[in-house]
Amino acid sequence: MTTLTQTVARAGAVTAPQRVRRRLTSRVASAVAIVIAVLWTTPTFGLLLSSLRPEDQIKSTGWWTFFSDPQLTLENYQQVLFGTSSSSGQMASFLINSVVITIPSVLLPLALATFAAYALAWLPFRGREWIYIGVFALQIVPLQMALVPLLSFFSQGVDVFGVQVLPAWDLEGPARFVQVWFAHTCFALPLGIFLIHNFMAELPGELMEAARVDGASHGTVLRKLVLPLVGPALASFGIFQFLWVWNDLLVALIFAGGTAENAPMTVRLAQMAGTKGNEWQRLTSGAFVSVIIPLIVFLSMQRYFVRGLLAGSVKG
Amino acid sequence: MDFDFAAEQPKLIQLLIGVAAFLAVVAVVLLLVDRVPMRRRAWPHATILLLPALVLLGIGLVVPAVRTTLLSFMSGDGQQWVGLDNYAWMFTQPEALTVLRNTLIWVLLVPLLVTSVGLVYAVLVDRTRFESIAKSLVFLPMAISFVGAGIIWRFVYAYRAEDQDQIGLLNQIVVSMGGEPQQWLQEPPLNTLFLIVVMIWIQAGFATVVLSAAIKGIPAEIIEAARLDGAGPLQMFFRVTLPSIRSAVIVVMVTQSIGTLKLFDIVRTMTGGQFDTSVIANEMYNQAFRYGETGKGAALAVFLFALVTPIVIYQIRQRREVR
Repeated sequence: MTTLTQTVARAGAVTAPQRVRRRLTSRVASAVAIVIAVLWTTPTFGLLLSSLRPEDQIKSTGWWTFFSDPQLTLENYQQVLFGTSSSSGQMASFLINSVVITIPSVLLPLALATFAAYALAWLPFRGREWIYIGVFALQIVPLQMALVPLLSFFSQGVDVFGVQVLPAWDLEGPARFVQVWFAHTCFALPLGIFLIHNFMAELPGELMEAARVDGASHGTVLRKLVLPLVGPALASFGIFQFLWVWNDLLVALIFAGGTAENAPMTVRLAQMAGTKGNEWQRLTSGAFVSVIIPLIVFLSMQRYFVRGLLAGSVKG
Repeated sequence: MDFDFAAEQPKLIQLLIGVAAFLAVVAVVLLLVDRVPMRRRAWPHATILLLPALVLLGIGLVVPAVRTTLLSFMSGDGQQWVGLDNYAWMFTQPEALTVLRNTLIWVLLVPLLVTSVGLVYAVLVDRTRFESIAKSLVFLPMAISFVGAGIIWRFVYAYRAEDQDQIGLLNQIVVSMGGEPQQWLQEPPLNTLFLIVVMIWIQAGFATVVLSAAIKGIPAEIIEAARLDGAGPLQMFFRVTLPSIRSAVIVVMVTQSIGTLKLFDIVRTMTGGQFDTSVIANEMYNQAFRYGETGKGAALAVFLFALVTPIVIYQIRQRREVR
């Protein structure tokens, strides 16, 4: 409060030339900020507008012609989502794949990381520190390093010196989603355990002690006490994981295959960009379909996401 | 509407199975933890809670990392030991060297530019009326997939012959200023720079948000004192703001370097690595999954690991210091 009044008092004491100079610089600053904001928004805006323009128009004129000759249609979306020919997008199918891939790939690591983080934060057992450090260190392993062996794990199982220890999975059709869930869950665990553990370790220990003295089991403490308290951490990791899985191309490309049966939208878009690079009406509307869901999730949960970002980067 | 919804049903059933499996795992773990009697020792409970995660980490990361390292010393089909041949290929063949050069350009430019743009923007919009909207606008691309962003920017860079109307914004600007339309993505080495722009576009929002939080954390007294001493905006920035948020700047730089090294999607969507734009992660995918050269792919992956490791360790140290 005192600093506030002081600040106000001092602000009043600024001399006239200083005030003029400050206003000028702030005007330049605002202008630069606006230029950056416009630069950052224009490409997405152009995509949205293009996706709504008729095919012949997209291909012959720039999207800015819309302002002199406004014509809009939903035809592209109709085509790219529901068309069934192989040249159309078949995006509806891939959209469903994206949903089917994402839901378990977010839920599973969230639950497993919470369990592990609880054990590492609140159970006094020997070797706890080492396990924590080990899990943390696994963040070093780049995804690329795990891909080839994990793929052969799925397709050939495990054999040690010629003895088949685990059978091959040999998954076909819809069951192939299991591979993608599995891979996403494995890859998400180091960061998930780390973030949730950090948050959990800050909870007051007396609280758990008291509950345990009253005879609560670990399961009860976890469910009734810890879970509600770490809600924000779970939310921010959940959003992280959602965006990561939904937007992922590499894992899906390798573990889901490239067909409408299993592949998510990102894979389809990458294919379309490669083979039908000039079918702008499909590319733009397809791309917009793929970004709209994460954008909605992101905008509505931005608060939590930013918290997660800051917990993960600035504070610790 | 000729979309066949019935054909999609098996997927939804699979989704139900997946969610049921998730619930079953949660139920089993909680049930087991409740069943094991509470004694002085905690390890039975710890085992139950940790085991699923540790098993998955073992299968998904530890064993694969070891196997990839071994594969990198083997021939493409994984049958013969070839020693350091794959590594020799990586550091001598011209096409592999181009890949290394590109990765170097990426990892030098992206963190620097992302941090600069984010920092400038965060300082400029700090405490203005439109701050939250301004930050959201720049932050928005964070939610877009690299693939989506790749398509958005392919559209910006789109090329039409000189006698036609341009449909790409960049060429339209060039033409309206009297220039000739360019094939931005096909002329090395400049095309790599045009790909880097996309990455900066996506990541600047991240930097803005993190750095803006750090700027807000600078004690008001310091700012006030500097202002009383008559510091101008530039002096303010270099003498007060920048030193105060040093650790946040480093965190942004480090996360960006790690992300950039592993980058794959942008290159794949926009050029597919053609026209000399490939980077390590993309080349690794090509070698291992398209040309069946598992050994070369593995060597690239190991090299990536070697590049990432020191940065991650540095980041861990940095975090300890911040605490």
